[in-house]
Amino acid sequence: MTLTRLSRTWEPQPEENKKTNTPTSKRTAMRVIVPLQGVVQGRGGLVLGSVIPVLFYFLQLYLKRHRNDPNDNQPEPNDPAPSTSPSSSTENLPELPGLARSLSRTLLSPRSPRVPVYVSGRVGAILKDSETPYFVGLKKVKEDPYDELVNPNGVIQLGLAENKLSLDLIKEWLAENAGKAILDGGGKRGELSMSGIASYQPSDGLMELKVAVSGFMSQVMGKAISFIPSQIVLTAGATSATEMLSFCLADTGNAFLVPTPYHPGFNRDVKWRTGVEIIPVPCRSTDNFSLSISALDRAFNQAKKRGVKVRGILISNPSNPVGNLLDRETLYSLLDFAREKNIHIVSNEIFAGSTYGSEEFVSMAEIVDLEELDRNRVHIVYGLSKDLSLPGFRVGVIYSFNEKVLAAAKNLARFSSISAPTQHLLTSMLLDTEFTQNFININRERLRRMYNEFLSGLKQLGIKCRKSNGGFYCWADMSGLIRTYSEKGELELWDKLMNVAKLNVTPGSCCHCIEPGWFSFCFTTLTEKDIPVVIERIRKISETCKSHN
Amino acid sequence: MGFSNKNYQLLSKIATNDQHGENSPYFDGWKAYDRDPYHPTKNPQGVIQMGLAENQLCFDLVEEWIRNNPQVSICTSEGVDQFKDIAIYQDYHGLPEFRQAVAKFMGRVRDDRVTFDPDRIVMSGGATGANETMIFCLADPGDAFLVPSPYYPAFTRDLGWRTGVQLLPVDCDSSNKFKITKSALEVAYHKAQEANINIKGLIITNPSNPLGTTLDRETLIDLVTFINEKNIHLVCDEIYAATVFRSPRLVSIAQIIEEMDCNRDLIHIVYSLSKDMGFPGFRVGIVYSYNDAVVSCARKMSSFGLVSSQTQHSLASMLSDDEFIDKFLAESSKRLANRYNKFTKGLEQVGISCLNSNAGLFLWMDLHRLLKEETKESEMALWRIIIDEVKLNVSPGSSFHCLEPGWFRVCFANMDDDTVDIALKRIRAFVSRGKDVEAPTRNKPRRMNLRLSFNSRRFEESVMSPHSPIPLSPLVRAWT
Repeated sequence: MTLTRLSRTWEPQPEENKKTNTPTSKRTAMRVIVPLQGVVQGRGGLVLGSVIPVLFYFLQLYLKRHRNDPNDNQPEPNDPAPSTSPSSSTENLPELPGLARSLSRTLLSPRSPRVPVYVSGRVGAILKDSETPYFVGLKKVKEDPYDELVNPNGVIQLGLAENKLSLDLIKEWLAENAGKAILDGGGKRGELSMSGIASYQPSDGLMELKVAVSGFMSQVMGKAISFIPSQIVLTAGATSATEMLSFCLADTGNAFLVPTPYHPGFNRDVKWRTGVEIIPVPCRSTDNFSLSISALDRAFNQAKKRGVKVRGILISNPSNPVGNLLDRETLYSLLDFAREKNIHIVSNEIFAGSTYGSEEFVSMAEIVDLEELDRNRVHIVYGLSKDLSLPGFRVGVIYSFNEKVLAAAKNLARFSSISAPTQHLLTSMLLDTEFTQNFININRERLRRMYNEFLSGLKQLGIKCRKSNGGFYCWADMSGLIRTYSEKGELELWDKLMNVAKLNVTPGSCCHCIEPGWFSFCFTTLTEKDIPVVIERIRKISETCKSHN
Repeated sequence: MGFSNKNYQLLSKIATNDQHGENSPYFDGWKAYDRDPYHPTKNPQGVIQMGLAENQLCFDLVEEWIRNNPQVSICTSEGVDQFKDIAIYQDYHGLPEFRQAVAKFMGRVRDDRVTFDPDRIVMSGGATGANETMIFCLADPGDAFLVPSPYYPAFTRDLGWRTGVQLLPVDCDSSNKFKITKSALEVAYHKAQEANINIKGLIITNPSNPLGTTLDRETLIDLVTFINEKNIHLVCDEIYAATVFRSPRLVSIAQIIEEMDCNRDLIHIVYSLSKDMGFPGFRVGIVYSYNDAVVSCARKMSSFGLVSSQTQHSLASMLSDDEFIDKFLAESSKRLANRYNKFTKGLEQVGISCLNSNAGLFLWMDLHRLLKEETKESEMALWRIIIDEVKLNVSPGSSFHCLEPGWFRVCFANMDDDTVDIALKRIRAFVSRGKDVEAPTRNKPRRMNLRLSFNSRRFEESVMSPHSPIPLSPLVRAWT
């Protein structure tokens, strides 16, 4: 490939180039050609000089022949890049087609009439990461969203963890109470104070909101633990809270152990900008996808052999997407493991208030409450996006026992702090504990009902789900419907669900599940009326799959 | 105990190094203010905060607008119908109406001589987040950006702390009113090249922080030509765009690239509502790039600093209210001009001059004649006196990486008129007290010497700093 690219720079680019020819591009062309001539003449004189272009020609011919792509027959491929300057395109911008191409490559392509523009090395990886089914699915929903009346054939969203089941309760509260909750936050009651909302505020969040959030966390996670407001750093969403911890706990090249299946967003949060690695630790259906210390140990030792330094374990509890809760015993052994290896534990507990099963939720904070010595290695990520169904408000929480981490996170919070009016609004909402308790109870009830209904719908089709105790997902075993028991088979089924049934679901491979055929269905974006529609669409797909098999 | 002793090993370098830069005098001054803040009645002897570039002169206008438009905060009974859609809106593209409103506002602030494409508007957590996002998109650890000095002290933190990118100052001085010259750029670029440092781009602030001046057309053309020749990026931080309070008007980079042939993939703008509207608490930062890959990548990164959807919604309505915006912008620049005149006149009375400026929320005040000698140490000694005795938190030029000692940045838009009077009174009292101090004069040959010696030191400092993995090449030593 390098050779063909090189040869292309040899080819004159007649019309197009003349228009935009600047001193810069001329000089670059010379920069390439002159040294090449030098090499040719220096090494073998005229003979070699004439042989090399011929070799290039044959190599190109060979490469062309052995490519499967039928579009590649044209002598000079149409440049798909709208990004070549000077006038960068605009119409393609809002959504760069996910699977079609990677911009970074076309930018670097020598076919561009000008010298390549070098952006950062991480750009390519980030753009590629957003081509996974998880992100492609989200985009498809956006382009063609289902609506019972307006667009009944649109794509139904089952891939984005947002909870629409109890928004009416919050709306009601706002209509009654909020009034000036945002505006008078900075001043006396009923008085609008601009300097309290518009001016610079502490970047790690207002103390009032920290107090309110810690109260809410105790409410959600069990009254036994009291969360200390000064151990909280507030950030714009749990996404940045996770990234911040990744920045604080690990250096580029270090790694976190993460039990699979895990939320696809973790790759973004932990890896993208930090250069930190994730080492997936497989959990299996035979163990009900529960965390196994021996698997952690194996992964740790393997990493050590490769010379990779493991800095911590990242868990989600309730687990996302499976919906498991980690029991007290597992949490203790996890802490033992972390102590033995001297690493950190980051516990993502953003679904703690969205549990609906019979099992008890135990926060990692409760475990370390009794283990003074190990507090420093435990960090909790929380947020209001899931449990208060307010993802748009961007409130994420780092709760840490480690003063140094807190100090660093407070400093880092300036890159992603929360808008002050929103903070004032939420402060008054969370301080109304009667409302929040009521909300939590009703929301749990509605989650349970939706979960059960969705579950029984899938059951009718013979699709079994893992028993879930919390979160917004059904983790369903559809391995009976895939043609080959492999990731390829799974993605084929995903493709059918996406493009034929118009359902945006997340395939297990996006969550790094090692067993093919598992899918996660988020049921909290639906209304009860939607469930039969979804089940019917799955039925059609499953029938075609069965007839194939 | 075992764990906490080994704490440092177990945290990242980012968490344990001090590149957040908050040990500099710029932040020291803030701490002094925090300990003893001025209050007209409760603490009249306290420190007056003049180190914070905040624009509070037009809060009354915004307040009035909010009162008249209660429906925009989706949380009042008038606006609650829109609540559902807004509350769950977490798409990193940002609300379409928000992006449109911001794009329109950005054009409006530049006198509608250019238009901005809403699809290139990328949200970020304040200008701080926007600047960092930009660098994350453009550069890898170890790469460097050129920054004309004097420059905003927190750039080191915002642009370099997590990205691992280094900043190399391009030295400007008062002999030509701190203009950025081609030759200074070339010198800095070649020095970096000889030291084997990969220069990824040039960062400018226009209007300049701390100078309060706008770049003229010729300089901008020179800059674009320079970055085009070198094939490096140009990041224009234009967060003070609407603070221009007298002519010349702002010439935005967006205008320049319409007028000349250049590779637009290299051009990027950082914007924010913190200064122009005086809304730092709303945390709205904008990355605007002409490079598709950067737009697309920055958009994905904006997940790390999204603006609350409720704030997006309110701002969208406010910024689309043409009548209000026109009134606000006109009134804001009028009030800034008044404040500027009041301040500079007050200083003139005691013989203190400032750099002649036309924008910003601050003055670049020349106190070199109060220095015992023209050194950084002397500047710091004077600054200590100003903080501790005069009780004003102003920022010393050295924290802006200014080579010439004796310059101070004084913010004037974050206080009311009475506080301004008190601040002026304190300065006047201080200056008349110190009249007997024999002052060195800024004579030309001497400054030239000084500049050169500082020049090389400044450079070595930045190249040899612990975060630079690249040792200084012997060539550079020989050359400087």
